[in-house]
Amino acid sequence: MEHAELAEKFIEDEARTDWHDGALWFVRYKRDVQIKKVPEWEELRELGSQIKANVLSNLDNCLVQFEENAIKNGVHVHWARDANEHNEIVLSILKSKGAKKLVKSKSMLTEECHLNPHLIENGIEVIDTDLGERIVQMRDETPSHIVLPAIHLKKEDVGETFHQYLGTEKGASDPIYLAEVARNHLRDKFLNADAALTGVNFAVAENGSITVCTNEGNADLGVHLAPLHIASFGMEKLIPRQEDLGVFLRLLGRNATGQPITAFSSHFLKPNKGQEMHYVIVDNGRTEQLGRPDFRKSLYCIRCGACMNTCPVYRRSGGHSYEYTVPGPIGAILSPGIDLKKHASLPFASTLCGSCTDVCPVKIDIHQQLYKWRQIVSEEGELAVSKTTAMKGMGYLLSHPKLYRLAGRIGRRMLGIMPRFMIYNHLNAWGKHRELPIAPKESFRDWYLKNKKATV
Amino acid sequence: MSSREYILQQIKKNKPELAPLPSLPSFERNDVDLLTHFKETLKFVGGMAIELRDDQNINKEISKIYHDAKQIVSNTDFVSLANFDLTFVTDPHDLKDIDLAILKGEFGVAENAAVWIPANTLAHRALPFITQHVVFILEKYKLVWNMHEAYKKINLQNTDGYGVFISGPSKTADIEQSLVIGAHGSRSLTVFLI
Repeated sequence: MEHAELAEKFIEDEARTDWHDGALWFVRYKRDVQIKKVPEWEELRELGSQIKANVLSNLDNCLVQFEENAIKNGVHVHWARDANEHNEIVLSILKSKGAKKLVKSKSMLTEECHLNPHLIENGIEVIDTDLGERIVQMRDETPSHIVLPAIHLKKEDVGETFHQYLGTEKGASDPIYLAEVARNHLRDKFLNADAALTGVNFAVAENGSITVCTNEGNADLGVHLAPLHIASFGMEKLIPRQEDLGVFLRLLGRNATGQPITAFSSHFLKPNKGQEMHYVIVDNGRTEQLGRPDFRKSLYCIRCGACMNTCPVYRRSGGHSYEYTVPGPIGAILSPGIDLKKHASLPFASTLCGSCTDVCPVKIDIHQQLYKWRQIVSEEGELAVSKTTAMKGMGYLLSHPKLYRLAGRIGRRMLGIMPRFMIYNHLNAWGKHRELPIAPKESFRDWYLKNKKATV
Repeated sequence: MSSREYILQQIKKNKPELAPLPSLPSFERNDVDLLTHFKETLKFVGGMAIELRDDQNINKEISKIYHDAKQIVSNTDFVSLANFDLTFVTDPHDLKDIDLAILKGEFGVAENAAVWIPANTLAHRALPFITQHVVFILEKYKLVWNMHEAYKKINLQNTDGYGVFISGPSKTADIEQSLVIGAHGSRSLTVFLI
């Protein structure tokens, strides 16, 4: 379905839309407060951007160096061309250790690969342990935000879900009570898991280590208790040096949620005693994106989610309206590269205001790329008929000045005298949810011609 | 062709011209008091900072806050409150009933109140996460200003293969953006600055 159609459903509940809008804007506000405390903020963004540019231009060598070091550290390294291969690799590692119960910490990559259903089909119990992800997992939904997976839900919704699955009191919605129940439920899962899977925030080429950032401590609790640790990540997570973490960890927490750093920033170099550790490096369309000069910068993304929090369209349409693992502005420039036909409407889910670009911690030119994708969508003939017809009409009108002036005159006159139903109907998308401005009596051209004569 | 070869070949074909890797400044600051900033920031992230006076006894001060703690472990000689011996624990699952872990902080970062805990100082990597509450003992002079300075002090090869920055207790805001302290890991975190 098109983004606009799904967004329309989302905004049916006006009060809830306003709440969603406000909740995300508050996160943006917290971010602003934090970044103002760092005088070198703009310099950090520039450095982050330059480091990512370097990695992408040298990615093959970085990956080989990373692999070499990881193997020296006793970690097994796997390479997956696409989602299927990734899922098969993970399953085969689990099978080789006889693992049946997997605890997962946040990994948007495994969402992208649809790992959970694959493992469940093969008899593995998969538990998402990030609280927000656990909530959406119980509800059989997908995360609606990459940092705040359950941002679309109110506490009453969570209360209802927990009542159904965890036996909490009917109608109870106190977050402290609900979080405590979830803590105990998940403690039990951590203690009984025989494998842990984590995502990766940064993979350091020079020493083969990975860094994982969480606030809940769920990644560590899972990994340190299980005899098997699998870390899956897209290959763009590579950074060349450990010292680069200094730049990215200063940017990430502040820009994502307005925290000076996440509560836990864990650095895994070698497996724990008696533990096996595996990295799965995933392509799944990334090398292709690397080959698109206009769009390769989208691979700089460190998944802070700030472009979602600031986006006037995302805030009022919700993450699920994008129908892609990564929603919001960054999702709208990543998804067309994966499946142009399916995601053709996403580059249009934007006002092109550029706020996403302004808040991006690694300076991705998001709104420029949105504009470029629109042109490709149009060239590929994937534009919605309503848009092509309107564009053709406007194109004709704008290239015929006399006709344009006539249309303007008729429009100005008719808007004033036509009854409401003729203006505000399904044919006029601009009249939905808003009043059209009062039409001026004359056009600028008429005014100019008149006044120019008067002054000369 | 293996997927590894295929991916590397695709990258070679598609990657742009080499962009230079920037050298990183350390953004030092001389206009901030590290200790004051660390304490304020720790409070902001939901932790407690206690600067120990010379006439105060650290055991007493910890006990005042954590008087309910039954199982207590420690890895530092600064305190003598431990009543659970980690020497013979081989399985980290046996740590599940620990109420309080008193751990030595290697160094602290003033800008974000993070304390560096390398695995070589821990009997088990799980310790700072599985315990209900955590106390870090940090020597005041072991503070750096920011993460750039912090990473200059770290060599992961000397850590037994793991290290973590911990800034405040575990927390979640996943239920309607309400901050709840004590998600999966520690329910409270206190740093004693000595």
